Amino acid sequence: MTTTPALSDQQQKALDDILARLKDEPGPLFPILHAIQDTLGYVPEVTVPQIARAINRSRAEIHGVITFYHHFRQHPVGKHMVQVCRAEACQSMGCTDLEAHAKKSLGIDWHGTTADGQISLEAVYCLGNCALSPSIRVNDDIVGRVSKERFDEVIAELRTAQ
Amino acid sequence: MTTRIYVPLDSSAEAMGAKKVAAAIVAEAEKRGEKIELVRNGSRGLYWLEPLVEVETPEGRVAYGPVTAKDVPGLFDANFLKGAKHALGHGLTEEIPYLKKQERLTFARVGITDPLSVEDYVKHEGFDGLKKALKMEPAAIVKEVTDSGLRGRGGAAFPTGIKWNTVLGAQADQKYIVCNADEGDSGTFSDRMLMEGDPMCLIEGMTIAGLAVGATKGYIYCREEYPHSIRNLNIAIEACVQAGYLGKNILGSGKDFDLIVREGAGAYICGEETSLLESVEGNRGLVRFKPPLPALQGLFGKPTVINNVMSLGSVPIILSKGGEFYKNYGMGRSRGTLPFQLTGNLKHGGLVEKAFGLTLRELLYDFGGGSATGRPIRAVQVGGPLGAYVPESQFDIPLDYEEYAKVGAMVGHGGLVVFDDTVDLAKMARYAMEFCAIESCGKCTPCRIGSTRGVETIDKIIAGKEVGKNIALLNSLCDTMLNGSLCALGGMVPYPVVSALKHFPEDFGVDKTAAA
Repeated sequence: MTTTPALSDQQQKALDDILARLKDEPGPLFPILHAIQDTLGYVPEVTVPQIARAINRSRAEIHGVITFYHHFRQHPVGKHMVQVCRAEACQSMGCTDLEAHAKKSLGIDWHGTTADGQISLEAVYCLGNCALSPSIRVNDDIVGRVSKERFDEVIAELRTAQ
Repeated sequence: MTTRIYVPLDSSAEAMGAKKVAAAIVAEAEKRGEKIELVRNGSRGLYWLEPLVEVETPEGRVAYGPVTAKDVPGLFDANFLKGAKHALGHGLTEEIPYLKKQERLTFARVGITDPLSVEDYVKHEGFDGLKKALKMEPAAIVKEVTDSGLRGRGGAAFPTGIKWNTVLGAQADQKYIVCNADEGDSGTFSDRMLMEGDPMCLIEGMTIAGLAVGATKGYIYCREEYPHSIRNLNIAIEACVQAGYLGKNILGSGKDFDLIVREGAGAYICGEETSLLESVEGNRGLVRFKPPLPALQGLFGKPTVINNVMSLGSVPIILSKGGEFYKNYGMGRSRGTLPFQLTGNLKHGGLVEKAFGLTLRELLYDFGGGSATGRPIRAVQVGGPLGAYVPESQFDIPLDYEEYAKVGAMVGHGGLVVFDDTVDLAKMARYAMEFCAIESCGKCTPCRIGSTRGVETIDKIIAGKEVGKNIALLNSLCDTMLNGSLCALGGMVPYPVVSALKHFPEDFGVDKTAAA
């Protein structure tokens, strides 16, 4: 089992603020987990008992929710998240080749992060850009009609845009 | 004179560079001393032309597209601010045949208005339905929706009015309206287009639903993959509250309705209504047994209307123009319009809102312009990852819920994914099972185990191992999943698999004549 390091004072304060702000919402767990991941970049394992205590649920339940959903992660990722769509519409426009190209050019597999810590790669199942397939998502933006060349351009832009 | 220019903020338009085009237009206008007002509108849904830039002229809005940032100086040189001719020009937007031939009811405003402006919304018949509903008895609102013939646009096609009536009749201290905006199916984007391009239409529809059944609180559960939709919804909600159309004491009526956006977390299964409710409550998205129906015991155990974005987005026009008006579109028991989404390997992908009853062939060729690759179209998956693969021999069946059900297919939400003749349907069938295995919530055995066994069996068929025996086994497995699964994920993944086997046996190594 991997353990994540203790939170810094700043991180702990951020967590305390999130819990105080959201714990009394109806069904508060999703807003809390999103806020933690948006702030800290992931949901560190050490936050689980604190979340559980704040909303009066078991640690097992919190762990269960985090691990059920693809979006929540318990480990840090690269500076930029790149997701390649694998769904049917993108397949009809050749995304299988694009997937292979993405893995090869970045030198990582799904869920991997490049050695320089810049880019993480994930598969995604539909980005709602199906009329302009194949699609990728870069952080919060979609890119459409992605050829191998276009993919390389996007990655180069990310790397230079520090 | 100030010229108004429209550049869409829609995710798909931005995926093709709309943001850069907007910035380039502003910079170029400044450089040339031209006065312009830039409006970020929704998309017209002519996606192959995105970014589609429109210029307002006395004759109407003139369209240019697809525009890149590099084209911008040339457009100014050609005097596009006056609607002049240019290689990228398409004349008046409203006269583009793709758009002109449509029947836009739910999408009447999308692409025309500034989606974040209450003023613009009201100017284009926005809140007309809400104003009418505020003067009506709850049962009369429900009746209007029932009379319209509207059926659940998320795919299941359950009559919306009947669902509402159950919630209206339930006694409880709190009721909820929940919008299913977990648009996870490949080949669909209509929910996203509406949430980005006319979010107030959804807000109005949900408020009317609240008035109809006596619910004072609503949740929109939007998938995490749609950050721009979430942003626009939140801005629009705040603007509507400020303007008095939402929140406490709506338009001085004494009625309240609060709306909250909840962000999903990348689980396909949460598009299933009970799994979605679990997710809003903060649980693993495990599907619930029915009964009890969500209409009686839904969110937090209270009576809940749970409807798709398109269903709720169709409510304002049904209220403003009447159930009869809406019902006059369509055929058979499929009333009104459906926003068909033309996607995948098509030259002219986009959104086509039309009354039920047209055919796939019209959509694929008259609107879609044939395949993007120029090769023959071999198969179309209709209705999402759980929809059947439709072969060319069925392209002339009218798109109607019942007509499609007769041939073992489904219209669903009207998403079409087009494949040319390079597609391998055995691989697509395998993918359907693989996807089901990844996304199964794990609660029921047919889906949890069946999907994995399905992948293994299709692998054996593809490898040519005991093909006849394994096809029989796969058909039997599909029968178990279809009849034994708890929800539509395991229960409908047999549709793509069985249709692929039936219509394209040669891809599974079976002689077509022997299979028939």
